[in-house]
Amino acid sequence: MELLMAILAGLLFSTGVYMLLQKQILRIIIGTALLSHGAHLLIITMGKLNRGGPPILSEGVTKYVDPLPQALILTSIVISFGVTSFLLVLAYRAYQKNGTDNMEKLRGNNHE
Amino acid sequence: MLHLAVLAPFLAAVLIPFFYKALRKIHTGWFVLPVPLLLFLFLSTYFKDVWRGVHNVYTLDWIPSLGINFSLYIDGLSLFFALLITGIGTLVVLYSIYYLHITEKLGHFYVYLLLFMGAMLGVVLSDNLFILYTFWELTSISSFLLIGYWYYREGSKYGALKSMLITVFGGLSMLGGFLLLYTVTGTPSIREIIERSDLVLNDTAFPWILILILLGAFTKSAQFPFHTWLPDAMEAPTPVSAFLHSATMVKAGLYLVARLSLLFAGNDLFFILVTGFGLLTLCWGSYMAVRQTDLKAILAYSTISQLGMIMAMLGFGTGVAILAAVFHILNHATFKGSLFMVAGIVDHETGTRDIRRLGGLFTFMPITATLAFFGTFSMAGFPLPIFNGFLSKEMFFESSRHFEHASPLVETVAPVLPVLAVLGSIFTFVYSVMLFFRTFAGKQRDTLEKKPHEAPFGMLVSPLILVSLIVIIALLPNFFNERLLAPAVAAINGEHFESHIKFWHGWGNPALYMSLIVLAVGTFLYLIRTKWESFYQILPGKLSAAKSYDAIVNGIFKGSTSLTRAYMTGSIRSYMAYILVFFIILISVTMTVTDGFAMSLEDLAPLAVPEFSIAVIMAAAAIGTVLMKNRIAAILVLGIVGYGLSLLFVFFRAPDLALTQLIVETVTVALFLLCFYHLPDLKKEYQSARKKVVNLVISVSVGVIVTLVAISSHSTKLFEPISDYFIENSYELGGGDNIVNVILVDFRGLDTMLEILVLGLAAIGIYSMIKLKGKKGENE
Repeated sequence: MELLMAILAGLLFSTGVYMLLQKQILRIIIGTALLSHGAHLLIITMGKLNRGGPPILSEGVTKYVDPLPQALILTSIVISFGVTSFLLVLAYRAYQKNGTDNMEKLRGNNHE
Repeated sequence: MLHLAVLAPFLAAVLIPFFYKALRKIHTGWFVLPVPLLLFLFLSTYFKDVWRGVHNVYTLDWIPSLGINFSLYIDGLSLFFALLITGIGTLVVLYSIYYLHITEKLGHFYVYLLLFMGAMLGVVLSDNLFILYTFWELTSISSFLLIGYWYYREGSKYGALKSMLITVFGGLSMLGGFLLLYTVTGTPSIREIIERSDLVLNDTAFPWILILILLGAFTKSAQFPFHTWLPDAMEAPTPVSAFLHSATMVKAGLYLVARLSLLFAGNDLFFILVTGFGLLTLCWGSYMAVRQTDLKAILAYSTISQLGMIMAMLGFGTGVAILAAVFHILNHATFKGSLFMVAGIVDHETGTRDIRRLGGLFTFMPITATLAFFGTFSMAGFPLPIFNGFLSKEMFFESSRHFEHASPLVETVAPVLPVLAVLGSIFTFVYSVMLFFRTFAGKQRDTLEKKPHEAPFGMLVSPLILVSLIVIIALLPNFFNERLLAPAVAAINGEHFESHIKFWHGWGNPALYMSLIVLAVGTFLYLIRTKWESFYQILPGKLSAAKSYDAIVNGIFKGSTSLTRAYMTGSIRSYMAYILVFFIILISVTMTVTDGFAMSLEDLAPLAVPEFSIAVIMAAAAIGTVLMKNRIAAILVLGIVGYGLSLLFVFFRAPDLALTQLIVETVTVALFLLCFYHLPDLKKEYQSARKKVVNLVISVSVGVIVTLVAISSHSTKLFEPISDYFIENSYELGGGDNIVNVILVDFRGLDTMLEILVLGLAAIGIYSMIKLKGKKGENE
């Protein structure tokens, strides 16, 4: 199972990176979302899968899955959500202000 | 006291602006004049010690932990140079009082000049390598300031920058040599280094030490091919040219070579480099001087060639040669200083320095012409007992025929050296004669801006003193030899050298015939000079050092500009690509080198059908986001990936994660959908096929590497996880059953607090981005 998940995470990274290299802001944000999905999947895979019950103490269960990666991912999900929403609004404002969502055309002011 | 003497010019430099501001009516130069004069008198008191062979060392701690102490050392050589600096300095200050008008920015001028004087004294008196280097760079900086004194002229700025770049390049190389010398010998004191010369000569770094230090000496002393800054430095006011660029600063390199010649003496490489470049500079400088039409340019190239001659003599290394070198340093300072002052007078009184426009000035300026006569003919080495230049030239010829150390290499090149010496001297003769006759003899020109007349007396005093020195030295060479030169020679050579300077050596002396050849051929070449002038188009032609310098500087500028333009494209895609490519290379190389492709299939959870099918769906959706042409479709397919992930969390027994992921994904998709309404539809990406392939290769490589790293790190677990602690203590310490939640708010509550902060910041950021709209044109 870990092998499969490693491959899936790799695929999510690939698609995320490919989107990052595009020109349109929306595609780049989709790329970051894919990357964070890949990273979350990777973290939970690294903490060994399916070795016991869910990490909620209950009678009769002696083995639980690793709770620490889950706590880390939970933090990470929230943070990436914050960043993604910020990026989305930024893209919206940038398009409103500059009239383009093409990163090749957004090159700042020429101060020379 | 000696420390105070070195620092006195700096103190004076601090005070001079106050005099300049407070007493505008009096020429500031008068306040400066006592400084070098008193220093000269003070330094003369050291003569007694030097004659008796007592060498004074004075040390003042500066950075004792690094061995860098302000230690001064006075022996024959440093005293000789120090007297030269202060003596010529006095005369130059006196001359500048009449040369520079009171309306010029005199405060600046004298501050720079005093800075230079102090720095130069520091160079010649320092015993510590690093102190010497400090003062060395101070001379470069003050010279830069003086050359650029008339900073509103293009030529001044160009000349100042050029001299700065070249001399600082040499200075930094020299620092490298000094550091090597310091690491090899373990002491920064020059005297102690010389005592340990065996260590240096046998070290493998020896060629580097020699070459780096010589680079410093050659750039400062304008040796070929670094001579090119000196002619451009002629944009400086004439007193500066007379002081820095003929008598003192350009001799700092000679001083350094002389000071360290005990260390390197007898080494073949030292001989080749110093003698070779010296003779090359001698010939090239004198050859190029004939071509110039500007008085100061002739004198500049002449200085270059004379410096080459002295450098060559230092390379010869015999007692005679070193005496001749020191003698010629003195002679050159007298006649070149006076000639620069004469050139300044001519410029001042006629308005031009171009010899094509000058001529017949003898009748108007008889005193100046007489002074120039002594200067030029002494420079030419004309065989009369009233020219000191002749005596040292004769000794130069003499020394070019004998070498102390007879290695096979020296013996093979030995016969060529006198020929080169004569060749260089012939051209020296030609330009000296040309300088005098084309300025003062011949027809008068009417094109001059001013009516030429004799200079004021004050301006003539300094060259007059220098010219009297020319004659006095020529008539009484041994008076100076015993008192001034012999201790200096002893300091360079290590032992006392018995010598007697004679004007007449008898008929059997080959040096005499060499002088006569110079005289005959030089006169002949001068008379037919129009016939061979076209030769210059062939020899310097495109090979001139000035053009090479321009080409190098422009090349560096253009090269770095185009390099920066090439990689700083301004496109975020390029920078992403650099980062990712670097990531790929770094990780793959590291994994290959450390053999990190471990793969163990032992500790794997069994593959289950539901997870597998979800994984396939997620993979398809992820690829789908890339391929979608429609923005809504892309967003929805991205949502499939997110929901798939939360389903996986369910299967992997992470209920909190599944919940959060589900909610966050929903909100994110909603946000995307809100936003896309205001964004344009996804356009077809017009990227070239090559870019597409590059993107594909990069992204696939990143994915593969991530997978490999994941598998490899999963296969090599180094230690047990710490999670057992959380599982065991969740209830007892945290009082909760949900271990993940207890970790979030109890065990690792700080993370959560900051994560809340992140969300808060994002919210504030979004709010302000939408609400605060700067007025149009405000932020641009």
